[in-house]
Amino acid sequence: MSRAAHSPARSAAAHAVLIAYTAIALFPVLLIVINSLKSRNAIFRSPLALPTPETFDPVGYTTVMAQGDFLLYFQNSLIVTVGSLFFVILFGAMAAFALSEYRFRGNTLTGLYLALGIMIPIRLGTVAILQMMVASGLVNTLTALILVYTAQGLPLCIFILSEFMKTVSDDLKNAGRIDGLSEYRIFFRLVLPLVRPAMATVAVFTMIPIWNDLWFPLILAPSEGTKTVTLGAQIFIGQFVTNWNAVLAALSLAILPVLVLYLIFSRQLIRGITSGAVK
Amino acid sequence: MSVDDQPIKKPFRWHILVFLAPAFLVYTAFMIVPLAGTLQLSLFRRIDQQLVYVGLDNFRMLFGDPRWSVNFWNALWNNVWFFIIHMLVQNPIGVLLAALLSSPTLRFRAFYRTAIFVPTVLSFVIVGFVWKLILSPLWGVAPSLLNSVGLRSLFAPWLGKEEYALTALSLISVWQFVGIPMMLIYAALLSIPDEVIEAAEMDGITGISQFWKIKLPLILPSIGIISILTFVGNFNAFDLIYTAQGALAGPNFSTDILGTFLYRAFFGFQLQLGDPNMGAAIATMMFLIILAGVAVYLFAIQTRLRRYQF
Repeated sequence: MSRAAHSPARSAAAHAVLIAYTAIALFPVLLIVINSLKSRNAIFRSPLALPTPETFDPVGYTTVMAQGDFLLYFQNSLIVTVGSLFFVILFGAMAAFALSEYRFRGNTLTGLYLALGIMIPIRLGTVAILQMMVASGLVNTLTALILVYTAQGLPLCIFILSEFMKTVSDDLKNAGRIDGLSEYRIFFRLVLPLVRPAMATVAVFTMIPIWNDLWFPLILAPSEGTKTVTLGAQIFIGQFVTNWNAVLAALSLAILPVLVLYLIFSRQLIRGITSGAVK
Repeated sequence: MSVDDQPIKKPFRWHILVFLAPAFLVYTAFMIVPLAGTLQLSLFRRIDQQLVYVGLDNFRMLFGDPRWSVNFWNALWNNVWFFIIHMLVQNPIGVLLAALLSSPTLRFRAFYRTAIFVPTVLSFVIVGFVWKLILSPLWGVAPSLLNSVGLRSLFAPWLGKEEYALTALSLISVWQFVGIPMMLIYAALLSIPDEVIEAAEMDGITGISQFWKIKLPLILPSIGIISILTFVGNFNAFDLIYTAQGALAGPNFSTDILGTFLYRAFFGFQLQLGDPNMGAAIATMMFLIILAGVAVYLFAIQTRLRRYQF
């Protein structure tokens, strides 16, 4: 296939712009991680230098480990994220299957109703959610967060998964029916394994806002035992604002898990965006 | 609902109900009911320990009573400015980066794509504090960087100055979210079939004029989508301002947007007590604004955009 010739000058210009923007995107993150490993003097004297054996000092990390209960926060975040993710994917896939597979009265209407939440943020219902959680005694529990995040994640999950489920071959499902499989088995044994890539995409989309959310942990579960990493880091940094080593270390600790997860799943995420967005 | 008064041959298909019920119930209970509850709450006020129906009085207070209206209009205007900056800076940069990335001969594409998207996956807490530190005159990273390009005199403690703080925060938010328009536009550009591009090249339209004349009209629907996503995200924003400037959205409320205003109204701040009903009224206004934006998008913009089927 022939393409119009691309001048080297133009491609060099494109690389220059992209490299410049990449630097802007990554510089703040690198700056924090680099400085979190340096001594207090070095942080201020030469913030842009890499840590050398003389300036290396992990004091920030030891302070964070001694003062903040980051392991517990991390565990809370993990429980909330994995728990919500499980319910979003399971309930979302079930509903998406019902909407895409069966024709019944109210199908379109149910689909529209469930899609409302894609555009309207759940945060606007906070006042009533808090009253509801207070009334049911769920304030300061991780359950409250999981329930809210499940509701928050469902609309987009159902929307994306039902698009994908429409592409699963009818012949396969009918063959299953002839073999006497129940509708439940067809869903769990035949359809779910086939839409696994789409489920992974939805999982990444759902996971990031839940892990990063500050609003609901702050309002629904601010107690010491239920703080998430995001809220814990926010409060810790607020208290240690003048201890630069500790602040930088806390920020690095909050960045790293997300960054690692992102690098593992980035291909999935990008594939998801580039396949779903075209519609 | 009743199955037997109609001559239906099939039995009631319980499995449909079983598949739909969990999602439907959780979604209704924790999203729709609270949203409706909030709208309803905004019509009541607590007077002598009693919830009294007051009609639109809370809204009248929000728009007219100086104790509320000054802050409300300030927050609304700041929010509009926040949105304008995103539309003028974030989306054009996103389109530019996507156009560069989609060039078929570009190398290291995956690296650029992954790196530029990194800020988007970070939490607001991290982003807020990282930039607070970088822009802090105490640390001096920003001044020394400006110094290295000879622009030292431009430095000011942007986050601490009333006239710059909101713009600075908007640009930080742009830095964080530019990955989203970039990815969506990138996807749209990739979906333009080769034949269209080749036909354009046959006609001698290449390079930048190819982008303006051929590609841009084809990606207009995606630009519509990123605009409405930006709109909803901006009018629902809270976290960045809260982490960088606190609930008081300082200096002197100059970075106050509807999200932080809602938080203060609901939970109270300093000596003022929280007021759930006024909080609900503000949330209702945010709901109406977002709804209006989505409606404008769906009825005015989306239906007029020409879509091309390949």
